[in-house]
Amino acid sequence: MATDAPALPAGLTKGKRPPGLIADRGFRILALAAGLMVLVILALIAIYTTREAWPWFSAERLGIFSDNWDPAHQHFGAGGLIYGTLLVAGVAVLLSLPISVGIALFVTDVAPERIRRPIVYTVDLLAAIPSVVYGLWALLVLAEPLASLFQTISDATASIPILSTLFANPSASGKSFMTAGIIVAIMITPIITSITREVFATVPSAQKEAALALGATRWEMIRGAVFPHSRSGMVAGTMIGLGRAMGETIAIALVIGSSPRITANIFGPGDTLASIIANQFGEASGTHRAALIGCGVVLFAITILISMAARAVVARTDRRSAGTV
Amino acid sequence: MKRITGYLRWLVPTALIVGLVPLGGAIASAVGAPAQGGSATLNGSGSTFQQPYNEAVTGAFKQKNPNVTINYSGGGSGKGRQDFSDQVVDFAGTDAPYSAADAANVKGGKYFYFPTVAGPITVSYNLSGVKKLQLSAETLAKIFQGDIKTWDDPAIKADNPGVKLPSTAITVAHRSDSSGTTQNFTGFLAAAAPTAWTLGTGSTVSWPADQQAGQGNPGVGQIVKSTDGAIGYVDFSDAKALKLKFASVKNKAGKFVAPTVKATTAAVEKAQVNADLTYNPLNAAGASAYPIASPTWILVYQNYSDAAKATALKNFLNYIYGNGQKVASQVDYAPLPKNLLDKAKAQVKQVGGTSSGSTSSAPAST
Repeated sequence: MATDAPALPAGLTKGKRPPGLIADRGFRILALAAGLMVLVILALIAIYTTREAWPWFSAERLGIFSDNWDPAHQHFGAGGLIYGTLLVAGVAVLLSLPISVGIALFVTDVAPERIRRPIVYTVDLLAAIPSVVYGLWALLVLAEPLASLFQTISDATASIPILSTLFANPSASGKSFMTAGIIVAIMITPIITSITREVFATVPSAQKEAALALGATRWEMIRGAVFPHSRSGMVAGTMIGLGRAMGETIAIALVIGSSPRITANIFGPGDTLASIIANQFGEASGTHRAALIGCGVVLFAITILISMAARAVVARTDRRSAGTV
Repeated sequence: MKRITGYLRWLVPTALIVGLVPLGGAIASAVGAPAQGGSATLNGSGSTFQQPYNEAVTGAFKQKNPNVTINYSGGGSGKGRQDFSDQVVDFAGTDAPYSAADAANVKGGKYFYFPTVAGPITVSYNLSGVKKLQLSAETLAKIFQGDIKTWDDPAIKADNPGVKLPSTAITVAHRSDSSGTTQNFTGFLAAAAPTAWTLGTGSTVSWPADQQAGQGNPGVGQIVKSTDGAIGYVDFSDAKALKLKFASVKNKAGKFVAPTVKATTAAVEKAQVNADLTYNPLNAAGASAYPIASPTWILVYQNYSDAAKATALKNFLNYIYGNGQKVASQVDYAPLPKNLLDKAKAQVKQVGGTSSGSTSSAPAST
């Protein structure tokens, strides 16, 4: 970065090798190699999966975005799967974000000191539960009461224009987009919570105290001092949660009902890119197998697009808040 | 003196143990090795349908051949065929033969299909008040497609004269994962009701969205068990384990036959067997044949670079075609009929695997 040489520290003369330079260079190479390794691995995964999926891309072309997934008739349109993936992840983030931010604020700004640690530990513990356990719990415990709840909501909203389509045809078994969204919301809550908590903890207490000293209530202090300072961190946390939600496989495979389609009925069964791979890879061959690997490629691409979009959002909010403050 | 005995008390057992371990090993290898012609480990993967049978027959085989270890890891027929063609495994289980395109990609040279057992796929149902149910292929096709919505539909009534059917709504249960069971069930509907059945044949088909999906045979069975008015296709051993009621299905000869091990063997007996021992038992002729059965095969290479592996596999196959057929009905699989059994036994002799084999590509190993 700096082009003109800074003043040499005492004890060093120009042209003489400073001690530790070799170690420095060695470290630099090591760090560079580690950094490049990630890119190389990513590139290899992308190349290999794309190559394996090529028969699908060349057979279906733009048909990969249709919603007709019918292996028996050799149609492999992933549109319904892409839709399902985005819908489940969207529902999960919508449900999880307010709860996560609430927990994080409670821990950093509201809860008394001695119960903060236990709460943090408990929430972190949620992240340690294997996803198949969440899936089985959702399937065996959550699905049945949800099925009757869905039915009740569906009956109650049957005459309201938009809601009647949204909540129509609830699944009798409780396996649905919504059930999958709820279970994934629980799974990503610890992730979003821990990131937003870390970000809230970096808000200078001087700013918070200043807000309180000006007569702000606790909520006004949070809105005026904590949120503006943490906006980019909150977006980043949400995006990491979203990425996790889109990649979730087994828990969704167990409770989504395995019915790839594009529909507004969020209480009905659907399917996602990741869960269809888990469900169908074992018996797939030929184009079917290529299509399932292709689903992985599509998911990879969507994840990259979303994380790039997230970066752009973070950069913009940072610039804006830097300009106004 | 006392101190010495104190030491001795520890020293003697220790010396005995230390001394006996290698001695025991020497005895084991001296006694075991010549008896079986070397130990071998065989790794296989694939069809989950044949997995319970493989476990049962491997356990029985192992008692006679303690030096041979057989690992079978399941994963599905598609995975088995892929692993076999990549030479990741020594043998693979599959419920369907390779497609022509995939067969060309199999590495490892010539290979064989060995049929091992067969199994009926039940049409299990749960309908209070109805103990006996008969269904023709056309009616089954319409039920699983969602054309027939209630149990008192005229088509079901026509199949069941004299049976009082309730107006309960039909809940269809199918597999959420792709499966050879789905492949064979839909294959039967396509063969026996070609005009009525429109969803096609495959390990997964595009089921109507208002049906219920269960994970694996037990998942489908559980939906049937817990829902009044439910119907689903479940393999025989899982359906028996869950104590489900089975419908009798109309076969090609026009008879309604209940799923049993015997009726399945009868179906396999009437099936057209190809030169490579692949066959299709679906919708078989014969008055006593149950028309919905899963065939299953073990894929074995002709040549193995390790002679011990080839010998072990040959012994294993011979065991399957001997006592292994008796094991089959104990675990609710149908043994092969005599005509197919004889062909399979003859094919076992073709498995070579000498280290100085005719194929020069494999390096000789000793």
